[in-house]
Amino acid sequence: MTPDVAAATGYDLERVRRDFPILSEEVHGRPVAYLDNAASAQKPLAVLDAMDRIHRTGYSNIHRAVHEFAQRATDAYETARRRMAAFLGADSHEEVVFLRGATEALNLVASCLGRHVLRAGDEVLLTGMEHHSNIVPWQMACEAAGARVVAAPVTERGELDLDAFRGLLGDRTRIVSVVHVSNTMGTVNPVAEIARLARERGAFVCVDGAQAAPHRPIRVDELGCDFYAVSGHKMYGPSGIGVLWGRRRLLEAIPPYQGGGDMIRSVRFSGTTYADPPAKFEAGTPHITGPAGLAAAADYLEDLGFDAVAAHEEALRALAEELLLQIPGVRILGTAPGKAAVVSFLVDGVHPHDLGTILDHEGVAVRAGHHCTQPLMERFGVPATTRASFGLYNTRAEVERLAAGVRTAIGVFRG
Amino acid sequence: MSFSGGFADLYREVILDHSRSPRNFGRLEGANREADGFNPLCGDRLKLSLRVEDGAVRQASFVGDGCAISTASASLLTEALQGLSEAEALALADRFRQMAAGEIHPDEAELGKLSALAGVRAYPMRVKCATLAWHALRVALERRGEVARTE
Repeated sequence: MTPDVAAATGYDLERVRRDFPILSEEVHGRPVAYLDNAASAQKPLAVLDAMDRIHRTGYSNIHRAVHEFAQRATDAYETARRRMAAFLGADSHEEVVFLRGATEALNLVASCLGRHVLRAGDEVLLTGMEHHSNIVPWQMACEAAGARVVAAPVTERGELDLDAFRGLLGDRTRIVSVVHVSNTMGTVNPVAEIARLARERGAFVCVDGAQAAPHRPIRVDELGCDFYAVSGHKMYGPSGIGVLWGRRRLLEAIPPYQGGGDMIRSVRFSGTTYADPPAKFEAGTPHITGPAGLAAAADYLEDLGFDAVAAHEEALRALAEELLLQIPGVRILGTAPGKAAVVSFLVDGVHPHDLGTILDHEGVAVRAGHHCTQPLMERFGVPATTRASFGLYNTRAEVERLAAGVRTAIGVFRG
Repeated sequence: MSFSGGFADLYREVILDHSRSPRNFGRLEGANREADGFNPLCGDRLKLSLRVEDGAVRQASFVGDGCAISTASASLLTEALQGLSEAEALALADRFRQMAAGEIHPDEAELGKLSALAGVRAYPMRVKCATLAWHALRVALERRGEVARTE
């Protein structure tokens, strides 16, 4: 047992790390310290195996042929849908739409809900900390409808200014779309409160949950939102698969997203009738093995337990902020209480990209850039930050290597 | 300072020096050619200003906010341009781009001090940092009046 195994929680970090074969890779001659989990997380064997099993024992297209392989592939796909409904606290698996990821889910909501409800003069209310994937689709939908996007401001600590949000929530607000956990700062937004306020004003509520799903249990039944978007690859599942949860009556009411096979009931040149949700939103051959991998990731997270994962990640975040703040000239962007294990920081005299290159040479993988949140960067007057984001397999030793790498970079660039 | 580590070939002393103390940094009085450079990947921005007289670059300067590689590259560019004809400046920009992309050997590129930036060839993600100012130079000389983007 290493000191990394938190005695209090019984969290067996060594066992967890053995589940992720990629963590034994070396980078530039050093063991990799993968601290870029908010961009994409590594996959446990259970996820790789679940997808591999379908390819080896029962792969075919789904929902179509009558042969046995089609049945096995379809069963795996639809079992995963039920698993994800349970993972998200949904009433029914029919409210779970499989898509490429949170970006496609948000595009679907913006496009289809937008066409359904947005009219000239309407407003879509966002926050100033949204990822581009929860900004640009709404701009496109608003442009088509003659509506406009409004963003509620972010405080100096990186929290949503809830009073300002209330003030911006008006008679013209038709849709509110907010990020659950900020990918840049780790801020956890009070989504249930936001949803309550929005629904009081008759607005629909969409939540970008891409960064929330790996860190905390999602209960859409308790959040009170209308749509919730999740990406598989950020929650230790495969890339190219994600989930949109939507209220059944809304999924029935809004128009389809893409046309094609599997989303129709009948097609004639005189007109087409659509399938019921969720098939209505799943045109074409999907990522056939992805849902099984995603369901395996959901099992993996729940078997470890979100409480244990959260406690482990919180200890890493606290250590990272403590060690970084001991270094002169380091500033952390985003200091909201209760934030997730995402640490964005700035180092005087060292540009994030140079720091990223130096850290890479030390085997430490971080993200340097604007994190697809340019309006947030503008809000804080910085072009970019360095971001370390921690996952369930990271260690205290890796956090220490991060801090040591920052000191090395300072030595190089401050001269 | 000296340091060990595999990044020494990228961050050579000339580059560190120019990134810490960029030359010709600031607005240029009497500038008659300007272009903005923007790297959407990292958010780096710079404005390059030139004073061109009788078909030659008399003076060059830049302002902006960027990483050590893009800052050093812009700083070295402003030094290298002095006195070059417009055609020579564009040819230099071509050779620099080819060198940074690994298409020609640094010796063959005849870039003088600029060859210190050859280390970026081993860092595909950083090539755009090195070429940002050179994209802006091309836009400025061709007077396209647009923002030079690295992609």
